[in-house]
Amino acid sequence: MTTTTARAHTYADLPGLMALMTGDEKHGPAATSTLDALWVLYDRVLRVTPEGADDPGRDRFLLSKGHGPMAYYAVLAAKGFVPVDWLEGFGSYDSPLGHHPDRLLVPGAEIGSGSLGHGLPLAVGTALGLKARGLTDPHVWVLVGDAELDEGSNHEAIAYAGPAGLERLHTLVIDNASASYARPGGIAARFEAAGWSALTVDGRDHDALYAAFTAPHPGRPHVVVARVESKEFAGEPESA
Amino acid sequence: MDTMRDRFAPVMTRLLDEDPRVAVVLAEIGVDAFKEAMRAHPDRVINVGIREQLLVGAGAGLALAGLRPVVHTFASFLVERPFEQIKLDFGHQGVGGVLVSAAASFDWPEGGFTHMAPGDVGVLDTLDGWAVHVPGHPDEAETLLRHAVGTGAGAVPSDDKAYVRLSVQSNAAPMPVDGKRFLTVREGRGGVVVAVGPMLDHVLAATEGLDVTVLYATTVRPFDADALRRAVGAGTSADVVLVEPYLAGTSTAAANDALVDVPHRVLGLGVGRAELRRYGRQDDHLRAHGLDPATLRTRITGFLGAGARA
Repeated sequence: MTTTTARAHTYADLPGLMALMTGDEKHGPAATSTLDALWVLYDRVLRVTPEGADDPGRDRFLLSKGHGPMAYYAVLAAKGFVPVDWLEGFGSYDSPLGHHPDRLLVPGAEIGSGSLGHGLPLAVGTALGLKARGLTDPHVWVLVGDAELDEGSNHEAIAYAGPAGLERLHTLVIDNASASYARPGGIAARFEAAGWSALTVDGRDHDALYAAFTAPHPGRPHVVVARVESKEFAGEPESA
Repeated sequence: MDTMRDRFAPVMTRLLDEDPRVAVVLAEIGVDAFKEAMRAHPDRVINVGIREQLLVGAGAGLALAGLRPVVHTFASFLVERPFEQIKLDFGHQGVGGVLVSAAASFDWPEGGFTHMAPGDVGVLDTLDGWAVHVPGHPDEAETLLRHAVGTGAGAVPSDDKAYVRLSVQSNAAPMPVDGKRFLTVREGRGGVVVAVGPMLDHVLAATEGLDVTVLYATTVRPFDADALRRAVGAGTSADVVLVEPYLAGTSTAAANDALVDVPHRVLGLGVGRAELRRYGRQDDHLRAHGLDPATLRTRITGFLGAGARA
């Protein structure tokens, strides 16, 4: 693997990169909730590079929880997908980086998101499509929020993917307890009932995240529920 | 005669055989007709169960993975229920696909309003870049399906978005449609009547003996503005009647745009907005919406006036 200056960034650089982005403080807690899980995925798990962004055999990471994307942009910048000097323009008219990402504007972004409940169905279709093309190697990952699971479209996708045995499909749920009505039995139980492999871990523990991300799950889709500190409610509900 | 919907599975089965990029996504509706294709192409004929948001989202995901998805169910469940998925998962993601509906405006009147979708084309009209094909005969449905999927002659780029609206209502004979242009079926000088898809036979009957041009439109988006301008230019007035098998006035704005440089009048005929709350048969509903030949003739001559009477 070639090394570029941008690749020299480490986890310690992420707060500095995130600090370059201002203007979406409303979504601040949502932004930092994903930081560690995203870093571990991009640093140790996903087989994606800026140079291979169009490689059909690449892993796919779909950010469904598109609000508060500062951690995502910081990781993409740290890994060289987007230039660091884009971060300061965050949300401005001339910036490709909005408060919700747009796949046609952000290199390395597999989907544009913002409306909740779209990423998991898209990930199901992507996993099906890669299989139909005989591309059995790539993994498909989708990141959703715990409150986002309230969307019915996600239930359609969860209920289908388990019995369909979509082994290459992986869902990462960032659980910052932001759903108004907690899921009885817990989030993992919802997936397990639909035939998924499920693990729940501390969303700030990099080694635990890595172990959960790479746990074998033959014949079944896999969900990792990453628990992080509960979001401070600012009285402003996350928009659907 | 078979229906447009009877053609769908056989045509798609052949397209699945011909093109490894084609995939069909279903939500239980129409699954039986795809049994053979499912055996031959288990990875490319996908039934997601009764889950229409997933139907559309998964279809778009297939496109993200490089396939050409063909997504099918009744129009109400395909276009109206998962509308935001169409808007975002195809449009905003910038990927293409083919939506193929059945049941149209009132293919199953006994079933009532839950299975009627006269607003489908109007709803899609709020989005950018969707081609809309409204075949008027099973043979045309086959041609337009092939055109929309984009294999073989006249192939379209794989990022194209297309809607194909299948109906049990049909004209007696097929026309040589091409997925692009309106056809001139009859020429006259006292006005232009545009018949969309299954409305052609009724429009021809309604305009029998009148001095009007009849254009036949099976691809209404993009709207063939050139054909309308030419037809209007050949007459003595710039009066246009649109007869559409879905919500009245759906294409009025497109016709107005086509004639923006010409003083003109447009009458948009089609399915009324008010819910009838009636069952019965398709002919009953055509009459109730004034789309039977006799009522059409009255409305067309009333609008065009003396010039239309040869």
